[in-house]
Amino acid sequence: MGTLTEEIFTRRLGREVHAGEIVVAPVDYAMAHDVTGPLAIEAFRKLDVPLWDPERVIMVFDHILPANTVASAGLHKIVRDFADEFGVTHVFQEGICHQLMVEKGFIRPGGIVVGADSHSTTYGALGCFAAGFGSTDIAVTFATGKTWFRVPETIRINLRGSLPPGIFPKDLALKVIRMLGAEGANYLAVEWGGEAVEAMSVDERLTLANLTVDFGGKAGLCEPDEHTRAYLGDAEVFDLHPVTPVYRSLIEVDAQMLEPQIACPPAIDNVQDLSAVAGTALDEVFVGSCANGRIEDLAIVAGYFKGRQVSPRTRTIVVPASKQIYMEALARGYIQTFMEAGALVMNAGCGPCLGRQHGVLGPGERALSTSNRNYAGRMGSAQAEIYLANPAVAAASALAGAIADPRGLN
Amino acid sequence: MARTFKFGDAISTDAIIPGRYNVTTDAAALGKACFIEARPDFAGTVQKDDVIVGGRNFGCGSSREHAPMAIKAAGIQAVVARSFARIFYRNAINIGLPVIQCDAIYDAVEDGDPISLDIHSGIIDVDGKMFQGEMPGPVAVAIMEAGTLIDLIKTRGWAAIEEVS
Repeated sequence: MGTLTEEIFTRRLGREVHAGEIVVAPVDYAMAHDVTGPLAIEAFRKLDVPLWDPERVIMVFDHILPANTVASAGLHKIVRDFADEFGVTHVFQEGICHQLMVEKGFIRPGGIVVGADSHSTTYGALGCFAAGFGSTDIAVTFATGKTWFRVPETIRINLRGSLPPGIFPKDLALKVIRMLGAEGANYLAVEWGGEAVEAMSVDERLTLANLTVDFGGKAGLCEPDEHTRAYLGDAEVFDLHPVTPVYRSLIEVDAQMLEPQIACPPAIDNVQDLSAVAGTALDEVFVGSCANGRIEDLAIVAGYFKGRQVSPRTRTIVVPASKQIYMEALARGYIQTFMEAGALVMNAGCGPCLGRQHGVLGPGERALSTSNRNYAGRMGSAQAEIYLANPAVAAASALAGAIADPRGLN
Repeated sequence: MARTFKFGDAISTDAIIPGRYNVTTDAAALGKACFIEARPDFAGTVQKDDVIVGGRNFGCGSSREHAPMAIKAAGIQAVVARSFARIFYRNAINIGLPVIQCDAIYDAVEDGDPISLDIHSGIIDVDGKMFQGEMPGPVAVAIMEAGTLIDLIKTRGWAAIEEVS
């Protein structure tokens, strides 16, 4: 009985669990990457115990890939040496950790997964309770297979109606953040539901779950359904629904909103309608990230770029979220379209999102990104500005060299 | 006397330690780069046991534990804020950086004000004016008493947390 979160903890612990309880719970997998992994490994070594389960520890090189400095190569070596020493076999360098966790089959409805990265909330799209932690918490999970949770209360967000043309899950997430503020779900779980979510593909739900942490959410969950079954296969999906849930609050949002939503610098909750910022000149457009670097996102951008040229005054950078997505984009001709349009296509990974590798912004520069963070200094200089938007706005803006409305372009 | 370093709302982990400066596990190096772009004079002027007072949603964004590590290594005794982002709060407790949530103090304190505090009682003294911070939860108290989460788990295992849950 309870919210999706309470249902998951109740099944997992074999007793009725309610929000507010502090529990020590087993997890399915623990993930860390090339920046948070080294600190987790150092903390784990202090515990001086065997690794809990080498097959349930996931290590991903994605934040700096390939290593671009001697220092980052050193971080990678810490992770490689750890994996060799403890027999960790799930070591990947083919895309963003969150995309790989889903693609590689580590995420199941009803599961509990922890990641040393804030956007680990992404896995909730499949009905898994997944939360981001720091390196020390993950180190303790490496040692014990468990972590402690204060089981969170839940905000239920019902997205009513259907998405009109030119409006995407990113816009709905930004609309919710506009309503609730950047800490509106702090310490809370979020359930994403309603007709618009029921109609969404898993890829689209991943965007909603991903952005949940950007308004403070501990986890962002969707109920598993026929889309989840189609994505994972029937055998992996059991019935999991809220059962007479008591919510902290219930938010209704009409998906039939008028305009794409843009998160303006320097905060995720500084959200405006597209028309308020259209025409703002751009030095860089970034298409990618764990928010919007999936094949459906690339398909949207390729549709706008076909037969057109991006603005010569704007660097346009496309980074598929994973090798699998990259290869699918190759097979569909999107990569050729991007390159013919004048975009730079980089290897799968986090790309310019966190300002540590290719595509860094200089002082006074302005970027529009399909990612999820626009803090000052996030993508480079603290004197650069970052706007966040859906992939169609990114495509139209790359073509125009300024923030532009995709609606009206074919 | 410890001094106050006052910050605004939504101080992100990107502001505390930008992504270009956390390519290390060395705490001292992180301390030197703490607030390197958001407040470039910070690392050079902070003295041992000084206190950060932040606004709402302190430590939002990335889960990078380098952020509380950098603050601690810079010499900061504790961070007091109107509210904290969840992951930062938990990370700070885990590594032994005291964090106290206190709303009332924010408008009563200026940058540079003398400040002292007791992390166990949550009482903060700003130049003679007293404020009561919110007490941390039982798990946080258990970790603080042990020093760090690693110390707690190494000495007592999960039983230490199960018995306060």
